[in-house]
Amino acid sequence: MPVQCSNCVQRRAVLKRPKTGHSLCKDCFFWAFEEEIHQTIVSAGLFNRGETVAIGASGGKDSTVLAHVMKVLNERYGYGLDLLLLSVDEGITGYRDDSLETVKRNQQQYELPLKIVSYEELYGWTMDAIVKQVGLKNNCTFCGVFRRQALDRGAMMLKVDRICTGHNADDVAETVLMNVLRGDIARLRRCTSISTASDGEGAIPRCKPLKYAYEKEIVLYAYFKKLDYFSTECIYSPNAYRGHARTFLKDLESIRPSSIIDVIHSGETLSIKEGVKMPVQGTCSRCGYISSQALCKSCVLLEGLNRGLPKLGIGKHHRLHGKILAQESLTEQEEKKLKAVDF
Amino acid sequence: MFRLNRKCMKCKEGTAVLIIRVNDAFCRSCFKEYFIHKFRAMLGKNRVIFPQEKVLLAVSGGAASCSMLSQVQEGLSREAPKKFRFVPGIIYIDDGGACGRSAEERQRSNALLKSIFTETGFTYFIVSLEQVFSLPTSVLVPGTSDPDPSNPSYKQAVDQYIKEKQTLTEENVASAVAQLSIADSAYSPERKLALERLFSSMKTLTAKEDMLQTLRSVFSKLLYSFCFYFLSFLRYVIAVLVILTAIDITHDKASIQRLTESFVTNLQSDFPSTVSTIYRTSEKLHTVMPPQSQTAEPASKCLLCHCTLDTKVDKASAFHATLVSEQLSQIKLQDSSLDAPAQSAEQCCTEGQGCGPGGCCSSNRLPSHQDLKMLLCYSCRLTIKDMVSLRKAPHSWVQSLRVLHSSNSFYDVVDDMASQQFHM
Repeated sequence: MPVQCSNCVQRRAVLKRPKTGHSLCKDCFFWAFEEEIHQTIVSAGLFNRGETVAIGASGGKDSTVLAHVMKVLNERYGYGLDLLLLSVDEGITGYRDDSLETVKRNQQQYELPLKIVSYEELYGWTMDAIVKQVGLKNNCTFCGVFRRQALDRGAMMLKVDRICTGHNADDVAETVLMNVLRGDIARLRRCTSISTASDGEGAIPRCKPLKYAYEKEIVLYAYFKKLDYFSTECIYSPNAYRGHARTFLKDLESIRPSSIIDVIHSGETLSIKEGVKMPVQGTCSRCGYISSQALCKSCVLLEGLNRGLPKLGIGKHHRLHGKILAQESLTEQEEKKLKAVDF
Repeated sequence: MFRLNRKCMKCKEGTAVLIIRVNDAFCRSCFKEYFIHKFRAMLGKNRVIFPQEKVLLAVSGGAASCSMLSQVQEGLSREAPKKFRFVPGIIYIDDGGACGRSAEERQRSNALLKSIFTETGFTYFIVSLEQVFSLPTSVLVPGTSDPDPSNPSYKQAVDQYIKEKQTLTEENVASAVAQLSIADSAYSPERKLALERLFSSMKTLTAKEDMLQTLRSVFSKLLYSFCFYFLSFLRYVIAVLVILTAIDITHDKASIQRLTESFVTNLQSDFPSTVSTIYRTSEKLHTVMPPQSQTAEPASKCLLCHCTLDTKVDKASAFHATLVSEQLSQIKLQDSSLDAPAQSAEQCCTEGQGCGPGGCCSSNRLPSHQDLKMLLCYSCRLTIKDMVSLRKAPHSWVQSLRVLHSSNSFYDVVDDMASQQFHM
């Protein structure tokens, strides 16, 4: 028995919205999806007229949909933004080189300029080389930290005013769960913000226009709009801790679809009790990037890689930062602890 | 249960019977001590129970609540300085009506629990969940704000209590002795005389009080230890039987609670600090902050759970996003159900306020989820989403709606609900 679209009532429904359970026809779904993102952008005041905005593009479904929708809304509502694509090459053979081809095609399809920055040129290390040294358990830490800085460096080279990324509702909800599981209060407080503060040097503000868009809907949108995107999982990701949070979230969603937004709501309404010790934001003494310690995580990880001590930066070794800054060598015992790697 | 060929890490003598945390092996008696200590430490650290307060113990018949009950009994049987200072009562809520248990099954578990509760000597209540519908008003009261462990009033209260207990007159001692001899199972007039002679030979009140406490605890211990140790095993067996008959052992995904429980337990086995990290994290957080300044209005409370409402949030929030999504997915549907003049559905209820006459809340419409939702917090809104009909809502809600809302159209809505209620 065909169901009518609950919005226009005229056309036949072709899908059931994972977010609300309503049955919609294709056009009404496109419209609702795009309109929600527009509402998010407007109510949060994400952009200002005349800004140059770099869209973090990986070739995956989130960033492809983001680029598409940003272009559509920019024209439809006259945001007056200059959009461009910014891509990061981590040096993962068989994964990243394929997805970069997709980004290059996106550049053609959306007629947006493209800039690619690579780990190789920025740090002298590809992810393949890093995994060889670090193993498969903590490699995501390296990639995540390096990518964040890479995006900022690329954005600075292009002189953009703002970065936007394709983080979706599922990502934000997973992050909230992960931070509770890990006891990371500082991150818990920040992770539900839709945009980062724009204070300080070298910190280009970034935002997440897709923050309230469900991953399932992003996939449906990309599918029905026949968008070109790269759909393979990173080959190094199966062992990441985030996987646990993700499985739990997916199971929650199957019981109650609104769970994803509900978790985000909880994250937004949490506040920290008085008297809880919090880290203070400063700058890295070596590279000037924002950091709550003497050395930023990126510098510590890189130092570890360059010295053949892969565990430096994984776990708490703050006391050693001073030694590293002063270019001193570490004792044999310290070195031994930092070398041990589980594959 | 495999064999552990290790000595207890605490006493170094007994054979270990279990491992807790990552690698700590405990023998049976050291584990029991450790467990009791943790329970007492939790009560002592939090300082929410003041001396002589009545404390209601919620017992479900499951392993955890039965352990709690036996811990309370154990704590009340101790010597005066270490004895719990509160007065316990027990409540068991029979939710068999909501779980589809038959009347016979419910009667059986209620009877089992009744016998356990009677032995404790505490006041107990066995109530069925259905009784909530006939409560005249909501009996919930908002909790006090975060109890501060460094609050001096707790310490003062304890000191005061101890001082009072030690204030004795000769009459008190005499009557206490009389009571003691009644309690003594080998009561005889000779015994009574012997006791009186014992006490009159003691010169100071303090000494008499000490002796009284010692004798009391000896008698009660004798009587009690027997019951406690013999019956605790029996109690455990009964409790397990109650659990097995009461609970539907179902799939992990049967409910969010079950899913979360299995998630945390499984994660804990790979990452042993999971449970304690989650617990410690939660201690550092709280939800919606009540307004700090004196001039701000007191925050409104949810009709159902009495927690501070968390739905008056910024436009750039998850809550607002859900409202937008709902509107966008069924704008036309909303319009077509209105008798009232066309009014943009988007503006109508998104602001979280009741709308005036002619809006979608006008009185010629049956009371709906939308009306009630405005008075509920985010999670209670989710709960009532699953309610098929509001006609069977508890009477206390109707009363609260009457009291809380001031717009005329709302009174009409409420009167509708009330009249339907009494026609059922």
